[in-house]
Amino acid sequence: MAIDQVYGARKVGRYLLLTFMAFVVIFPIYMMVVGALKPGNKVLVNPLLPTDFTTGTLTEAWRTGHLGRALWNSAYVSVLITLAQVVTSILAAYAFAFLRFPGKTFVFVAFLATLLVPLEATLTVNRRTMQSLSWINSYKALTIPFLATAFGIFMIRQVFLTIPKEMHEAASMDGLGRLGFLWQVAVPLSRPTIGALTLFSFLTSWNQYLWPTLVTTNQKFNTVQTGLKTLKLAAIDKPNLVIAGTVIVALPIFVVLIAFQRQLIRGLTAGAVKG
Amino acid sequence: MKRKRRDSGLAALMLVPSGVILLLFVVYPLIKAVWLGQQRCGVTKCTNNGFDQYLDAFRSNEFQDALIVTAKYALITVPIGLVLGVALAVLADKYMRGVGIFRTIFSSTVATSVAVASVMWFFLLNPNVGVLSEWIGGIAKTPGLLQDPRSALWAVSASSIWANLGFTFIVVTAGLQGVPKDLYESAYVDGAGGFSRFTNVTLPMISPTLLFATVVLTTRAFQSFGEVDLLTEGGPLGKTTTLTYLAYGSGLPTSNDDGLRATVSVLLFAVLLALALVQFRGLEKRVHYGN
Repeated sequence: MAIDQVYGARKVGRYLLLTFMAFVVIFPIYMMVVGALKPGNKVLVNPLLPTDFTTGTLTEAWRTGHLGRALWNSAYVSVLITLAQVVTSILAAYAFAFLRFPGKTFVFVAFLATLLVPLEATLTVNRRTMQSLSWINSYKALTIPFLATAFGIFMIRQVFLTIPKEMHEAASMDGLGRLGFLWQVAVPLSRPTIGALTLFSFLTSWNQYLWPTLVTTNQKFNTVQTGLKTLKLAAIDKPNLVIAGTVIVALPIFVVLIAFQRQLIRGLTAGAVKG
Repeated sequence: MKRKRRDSGLAALMLVPSGVILLLFVVYPLIKAVWLGQQRCGVTKCTNNGFDQYLDAFRSNEFQDALIVTAKYALITVPIGLVLGVALAVLADKYMRGVGIFRTIFSSTVATSVAVASVMWFFLLNPNVGVLSEWIGGIAKTPGLLQDPRSALWAVSASSIWANLGFTFIVVTAGLQGVPKDLYESAYVDGAGGFSRFTNVTLPMISPTLLFATVVLTTRAFQSFGEVDLLTEGGPLGKTTTLTYLAYGSGLPTSNDDGLRATVSVLLFAVLLALALVQFRGLEKRVHYGN
C-alpha cells in the first residue's frame, strides 16, 4: 500500500539517516575489531584503520586471559543452568496448568512473588551460604542457586493453559498417562515458547557478572565476564590485548544470537504482550 | 475426589525441584537479609545493632548520594535510550530494500554483555588510547570523560545506553509489527500526516510495549553494577557510585561488613518495589491495551 512505502527524496533522506545511525551504533564494535587485529601496544597509530595487521594479539589475549578456560566455564555453567531451568519450569508449569490440588492458587502466587525479589537483595546471604558450605570457587556455587526460575514457570504455564483441557482428559483415557501427555503432547505443542525460554535462560546466565565476582576468587573459575575483568587488570598497559579479549568473548554470543534470532525476540518480548 | 488426591501427590513431586531452589535461594535469603541488615559484621561474627540501622543507613550521606546518583543515572539512560530505540525502530519499520541489514545492526548490541560493552567503552573513552578523546578534546583529553567528576556519570550512561539499544530496538520493533495496518490506512484516508499518524496511531498502539521497556530499563539502571565496576569503580569522588555498587563494590564502608551490605540491599529492594508500584500506577492509566 501507498503509505507502507516511501518514495523519492524522502526515501533518500531515510536511507541517509539509517546509514548514519548504523555507523554510530556499529562504531564501538568496529573499533574493537580493528584494535584486536593490531599489535598489543600500538593503539594510537592510525586508530581507525587496521594497519600492522596481526593475529598475534588475539592469540596472546587467549593465553594471557586464559580465555579458553573461561569460555569452557561459561558454556558449562550456562548450559547446566539452562537445562535445569527448562526442566524444572516445565514440571512446575504442568502442575499449575493441568493438575488439581488443594492450595493451588496460594502456591502459585507464592512462586510468582519470588519474581519481585531482585537478585541484589539476596546475594549477600547467598554468598554466606556458599561460604558455610565451602562452595566458594566451585561450579556448585555458580549454578545451584539458579536451577529454577519463576519467570520460566510462568511463561510455560501461560502456553500450557492454551492447550484444551479435553486433550488432557482424552490423553489419560487413551492410556497415554499424564507424563506421556506432558512429554508427547504438551511439550511439543509449546516448542516455540520453550525455545524462547531456553535462549533467554542461556543469555541471562552467560551474562551474569555480579554473582561470579562474589563467589569466585580463583581464576580457574573465571567465566568470560569475570575473565575480562581479570584480563583488564592484568594487561592495562596493552589496551589492544584487552580489546582482543572482548572480541573473543563477544564472538560466540554473536553467532548464537544470529542463529536463534526468532527465539531471542520471543524471549525478550515475553513480558510486553498483554495477558 | 479420588482423582484430586492422586493429583496432589504428582503435583507435589513436580513442584518440589523449583520450590526447593526458590525457597533456599530467594525466599530464605530475603528474610535472612532483613535480619542481617540490623547487624554489624566482622570477618567471623555479627552482632545485633537494632533495626534503627535501616533508618541510619537510609539517612547516611553515602546512601543518599548513591540514591541521587542512581536516580540521575536512570533519568539519563531511560528517556534517551527509549527515544533512540523508538526512533530507530520507526525508521527501520518501513518496507524498503536492505532494511534487514539495518535491523540486524541496530539489534546487534543485545549480543554484548555488560562486561563486554563496558570494557569496549572503557578503551573508547580512555584519554590516552581512545579516539573519542582525540576528536572531542577538552575534558575528554584531560583528565578524561570517565575521570572528570562532571562528566563521569554521563560517560557511564553513554556506554549503557548503547548496550541497551539492541534490546529496546527489538522490543519496539516487535510492538510495531503488532499494530494493524488498516489503522494506518484509515488514518491516511482521513488525511493524517506522518507525524500525526505517529502520535495518534503508533504511540497509543505500542504503549504496552513502551511501558514494558520503561520498567525493564529503569530496573536495569537501578541494578547497574558491572558497568560501574569496570568503567569507574564508583569514582571519581563517588560520582558514579550507584546503589547496587554501594552494596557490592569494593573500597566502600560496606565492603567488609555483610551486615551493612544487607542493609543497603534490603533498602534497594524497597526502593525498587516503590518504583515499580509508581510506574505501574502512573503509566497503566495511559496505556492502551486494545479490547
